[in-house]
Amino acid sequence: MLFFPFLLSAQADIEKQLQTQLILAEDGDVVELPAGKIDLSNTLSLDAKNNVTIRGAGQDKTILSFKNQKQGAEGIKVTNAENVVLEQFTIEDSKGDLIKTQAVKGLIFRDITARWNGKPKETNGAYALYPVQCQNVRIERCTAIGASDAGIYVGQSDSVWVTKCYAKNNVAGIEIENTTNAWVFENFAAYNTGGVLVFDLPDLPKKRGGHVKVWKNKIIANNFKNFAPKGNIVGKVPPGTGVMILATNDVEVYENYIMDNKTASTAIVSYFITENPIKDTSYNPYPSGIYIHDNVYSEGKRTPTRKNKMGTIFWLKFGRKVPHILYDGIQNPEWLDADGTLKPEYRICIRNNENGTFANIRADKIGLFKGDISRDLKPYDCEYNSLFSKR
Amino acid sequence: MKLSEYQFFTGDLANLSPAPNVFPYEVNAPLFSDYAEKARFIYLLEGSKMTYRDSAAFDFPVGAVIIKNFYYPHDFSKPEKGRRILETRLLLKEEKGWKALEYIWNAEQTDAVLEVAGSTFPVSWLDANGKKQEIQYVAPNLNQCKGCHSYDGKFVPLGVTARQLNRAENTENQLLRWQKAEKLSLPENFNPDSAPRLSDYRITNHQSTNHESAARAYLDANCGHCHNPHGPASTSGMFLDIFENNPERLGVNKTPVAAGRGSGDRKFGIVPGKPSESILAFRMESDDTGIRMPELGRQLPHKEGLELIRNWIKEMK
Repeated sequence: MLFFPFLLSAQADIEKQLQTQLILAEDGDVVELPAGKIDLSNTLSLDAKNNVTIRGAGQDKTILSFKNQKQGAEGIKVTNAENVVLEQFTIEDSKGDLIKTQAVKGLIFRDITARWNGKPKETNGAYALYPVQCQNVRIERCTAIGASDAGIYVGQSDSVWVTKCYAKNNVAGIEIENTTNAWVFENFAAYNTGGVLVFDLPDLPKKRGGHVKVWKNKIIANNFKNFAPKGNIVGKVPPGTGVMILATNDVEVYENYIMDNKTASTAIVSYFITENPIKDTSYNPYPSGIYIHDNVYSEGKRTPTRKNKMGTIFWLKFGRKVPHILYDGIQNPEWLDADGTLKPEYRICIRNNENGTFANIRADKIGLFKGDISRDLKPYDCEYNSLFSKR
Repeated sequence: MKLSEYQFFTGDLANLSPAPNVFPYEVNAPLFSDYAEKARFIYLLEGSKMTYRDSAAFDFPVGAVIIKNFYYPHDFSKPEKGRRILETRLLLKEEKGWKALEYIWNAEQTDAVLEVAGSTFPVSWLDANGKKQEIQYVAPNLNQCKGCHSYDGKFVPLGVTARQLNRAENTENQLLRWQKAEKLSLPENFNPDSAPRLSDYRITNHQSTNHESAARAYLDANCGHCHNPHGPASTSGMFLDIFENNPERLGVNKTPVAAGRGSGDRKFGIVPGKPSESILAFRMESDDTGIRMPELGRQLPHKEGLELIRNWIKEMK
């Protein structure tokens, strides 16, 4: 106990030294985070730097703890920078987001564990890894745990890889939002409320995402209770969601294992499903150019959650046999051909999924969820050969 | 480097008596900083002038320095009892743009030293009601300065705009006085009454039933530097600068984007008529670092500012 005050001041010295290094960093510098548990009281920030690496001694060696954070809305913040690498450390228990990067061109998150300890709860921060308004982002071999919104959240960005990551016990495991050209592949998203979300939302400076590919991921048992604070869009995601595509264009989901997600293994929905008002006149609330193919779904019964409006309706409609692939059926009238089907470039294509049962819940008829369900896959039997050459 | 070496002040540094070419300025709508008071000055090289601009910050000549001293009176009801100056923030206009430097005052109040990584220390004072207030004061590091002073990622000054500086001091308009002193060049036919001006939210009559102009001035000064299409909070799509007139973008019935627990289980930024259902008010009243707004520079809720914003929301239809 005698040494306690001394320890505290040693921690404060490390914090000050790290922050000073980050402020004074020059082109090409590597800022090393020492091994050990480092207790931080304020955000560590890096601004307006090029070619800087922040490197720990390994995920199991360098632990940045923000449990006693007093200041700042995130653990690490990187802004207005180019070619930044963050790697080989664990960061935990910040009051807001764990790592936020904004307006960075060329960014790698590698071998990072970002987590909130203890039982996942509403008072955890929103995002573990949070690039926003960034370009050329690679997130690889990272682990994200316990976020009250999304573990790995990529917002309003362009050209993004999320690969070989593990997201668990978050509300959303991996979320791609208003982001273009994102590849999400070979990740493991398990035990979240929703595994992988691809969303386009209104009222944002970057209006449209799209051109998103989700492949070879394992999206397993995302049945965790939804612990997002109200008001946040992910609060609407029913526990038991594997993949949800909301109002995004040109999304291809293929060769994934999508297992044991009890409510909606794969949902393709419009923004209307949120029942939020839309006042952004330039916003497109409809999904289009969707291609779901060659995924493997689990056999057996699935009982949708009743702790969520969407889930309850699925339960009422389908009981214990909720189909794997659910489409809300709400179509943009301007995208229809004379015969009432979507024009080719807007179609929803679903093909060759193992155990891939389907329903169009016809939410377009007589208000939400009151129409007749159609299980006929024939109208969706199409493919996009060159989805990504369309841009 | 020490603050005294700039020779911005003559005599005892703690008196902050400006040297030649250093002159004080006042703003209409100050940023709330945990009730700290500020003594603001501008230094211009002999013979150089600022140039007026309508909406952005004035154009400053190279060599100019904006000097902001933060202090607490020991007793807010008895200012004659003296004060403790905590920090002096300098914005230096260089050839390639603006640069920030942060100086922390010593306990003896004889000088201040440069501190790039900021500093945290305890401060206490007696408030206007004689109640002792105590906080861990946070002087920002240089990155945190830019956390607010940012336009499209470039460092910019904030308070030196027409709408902030266009005000009467001792019956004489501050801008006209500077023009006379050849510190500022104004457009021909400049008329302060038709130029932009924020209302001074501090002198608003709280019995009033229209808090619109005071509230918008408050939001512009306290939130608009980040919450505008070119600021760090552009990601949120919520814009609180004085130029925003779209209710949705101001937050009216707007769902949060990345607020997390900052939403406080409320659904919209502003719910007209209902401050207690509005996220805006929730984040202004919080002292939790993961929730409170502004993110930087505030630990205590600003009671008066919060009341103003609550009244404004209450009046909304």
